[in-house]
Amino acid sequence: MLENEAGALSRVAGLFSARGFNIESLTVAATNDPTLSRMTIVSVGDDNIIEQIVKQLEKLIDVVKVVDLTATEHVERELLLVKIDVNPNTQADIDRQIDQFSGKIIDVSEDTYLIEVAGQSKKINEFLDSLDASKILEVSRTGVTGVCQKREG
Amino acid sequence: MKLNGAQILIDCLKSEGVKHIFGYPGGAVLHIYDALNVCTAIDHILVRHEQGAVHAADGYARTSGKCGVALVTSGPGLTNAVTGIATAFTDSIPMVVVSGQVPSPVIGSDAFQEVDAVGITRSCVKHNFLVKNADDIAETVKKAFYIATTGRPGPVLIDITKDATIAETEYEGYPQTIKMRSYQPEVQVDAEQIKKAIAIIEKAKKPIIYSGGGSVIGNASKALTTLTHNTGFPITQTLMGLGAFPATDKQSLGMLGMHGTYESNMAMHDSDCIITVGARFDDRITGNLEKFCPYAKIIHIDIDPSTIGKVVGVDVAIIGQVNDVLQALIQSLDTKKLENIDSWWKQINDWRSVDSMAYRTKQGVIKPQTVIEALYEVTKGEAIVTSDVGQHQMWAAQYYPFDKPRRWINSGGLGTMGFGLPAAMGAKLADPDRDVACVTGDGSIQMMLQELSTMLQYHTPVKIININNGYLGMVRQWQEFFYDKRYSMSYMDALPDFVKLAESYGHIGIKVEKETDLKPALIEAFKQKDRTVFIDILTDPTENVFPMIPSGAGHHEMLLAGRDEMASTNDSGLNLV
Repeated sequence: MLENEAGALSRVAGLFSARGFNIESLTVAATNDPTLSRMTIVSVGDDNIIEQIVKQLEKLIDVVKVVDLTATEHVERELLLVKIDVNPNTQADIDRQIDQFSGKIIDVSEDTYLIEVAGQSKKINEFLDSLDASKILEVSRTGVTGVCQKREG
Repeated sequence: MKLNGAQILIDCLKSEGVKHIFGYPGGAVLHIYDALNVCTAIDHILVRHEQGAVHAADGYARTSGKCGVALVTSGPGLTNAVTGIATAFTDSIPMVVVSGQVPSPVIGSDAFQEVDAVGITRSCVKHNFLVKNADDIAETVKKAFYIATTGRPGPVLIDITKDATIAETEYEGYPQTIKMRSYQPEVQVDAEQIKKAIAIIEKAKKPIIYSGGGSVIGNASKALTTLTHNTGFPITQTLMGLGAFPATDKQSLGMLGMHGTYESNMAMHDSDCIITVGARFDDRITGNLEKFCPYAKIIHIDIDPSTIGKVVGVDVAIIGQVNDVLQALIQSLDTKKLENIDSWWKQINDWRSVDSMAYRTKQGVIKPQTVIEALYEVTKGEAIVTSDVGQHQMWAAQYYPFDKPRRWINSGGLGTMGFGLPAAMGAKLADPDRDVACVTGDGSIQMMLQELSTMLQYHTPVKIININNGYLGMVRQWQEFFYDKRYSMSYMDALPDFVKLAESYGHIGIKVEKETDLKPALIEAFKQKDRTVFIDILTDPTENVFPMIPSGAGHHEMLLAGRDEMASTNDSGLNLV
């Protein structure tokens, strides 16, 4: 959680590049309290690196609170928008796959589908893998957002 | 009361107790300078380069313990200040830098003298602000001083747009207090951690205290001295920590690390209990991490949790103000019986007898170490010594034993050449009655020479001790050791006549070429209480800094002057920075 102020995002992003930590994904938006933003960052590293990331983030003046979600019971979700080629021969197969992954067709043109799938990153990867790669026109993923499950997070 | 933004800013600084501002005007800060012009409570020092302003504010802060303040204009004013800001950041110096910014409507249009100050400084400030509204100035200044001076101190930048300094608004006075939900620097010392530390200390047979810059910045000198005396433990100090514990005390082993004493490094290596006080296991301290302190349980005291475990894993971490933690330790140890460490001291005294700081003198050549020893003698060890960066910095640290904190002012972390002279000016303004010596070299001094002019204008008489060996000596030394003596670009041809140079700036210049002239020249220079004196001393051009932990080696593998040969080029030497 961080102050919803101009520049707060770049402080966090700058910290990761300056200290050589990697960012797999980063999502950020204001919360129900408009003065606060919630940022969910996915990074990879051993325990020492994750500990350093948490401590360095806590040092940023704009950061109000840092939680290592993977150390708690938590829920994480990601949203995928994917545009693919469809034709009468492949349509039935694709409809089935979308159903199987609880996806939604949100726009249809003469020969394309725009599909939405939400879920854990693993599910999104699996859905993308299930598609014929040569038919994928565009992929847009939001990156992971998450919250911990217990009352006080 | 209706005031414009510039007047509000100056009133805020005055209310904050600021007495000196180091700065340089320009278009974006003209309103601020207009308001400053009628303020009698604050003296403004007009430097000759913005980097000098920030270093001077830095030297002022390190000497006085107060927050340094610098004021620069937008664009190049700010970019010139960046090296100074980064220097203060690396050494955790409390500082507020105010920079002008182009008017808010033209931000982002590549306006004249526009740079993204907040973006450029982000990674070298503790925090920064962009203020576009006069209404926000007072609260921002309060926050800036609060952030800069509390917790682990550091520089804070306030970038103010010109229109915010012009706009008039209702000013209700400088806020008395400030609360920030995202910044709470007060820390209670955890009694449980103290207990764990005591359990280790009680059993220690080979303890050592390793103290760093945190003991100086955290004003913990007294508590550190009490703890050291009460326990009877040996103590070693980092380059940044020198003076927190008196160097002439018999429990002091001197500096540790790359150019530390043999006894300090050997004791660190063999120790079974290291009490780390406000230090951060810098690479210049640890040497090869795989060989670092193999037998020790490590206790780490620091105000900044992110220093814990960053470089070296520790057994007990105690987060808090160094002074608070030391007080808690002193109290808890009061009733405890410690192990007898006589045999440990005997071992340490054996290492001491190696006399690792001994150096060979040579007929007809002035040794740089001799210069520092003479400086110590002439100033009776009572001067404030600032330094630049390189060999002379190491010799000053090695051969001028500091008995008090805030007497040794150097850029230890960032290693900024050019720091010494403006820092000396800041130090003299902070402590005008004390002798201030700037130990420098022919390379470093030329990076901030222009401040000689400021020093005349504001009457800050310091003594410049120029260790002139014609080389960028530390570069030359590493090229000798690690690059098969290929001296690429480390020889400085065409040096100026420093005596004439000093004279042209209105100061006194003295050249010393013979050792017999050294002490008389220093005595004469320090007699000139009201004048800046530039003492240009020609020293042995090939002298190296010893002892030295060679690249890739551990604390126990030090090389001593005249007794060990430095192995030439090797892979780990080439990888040193």
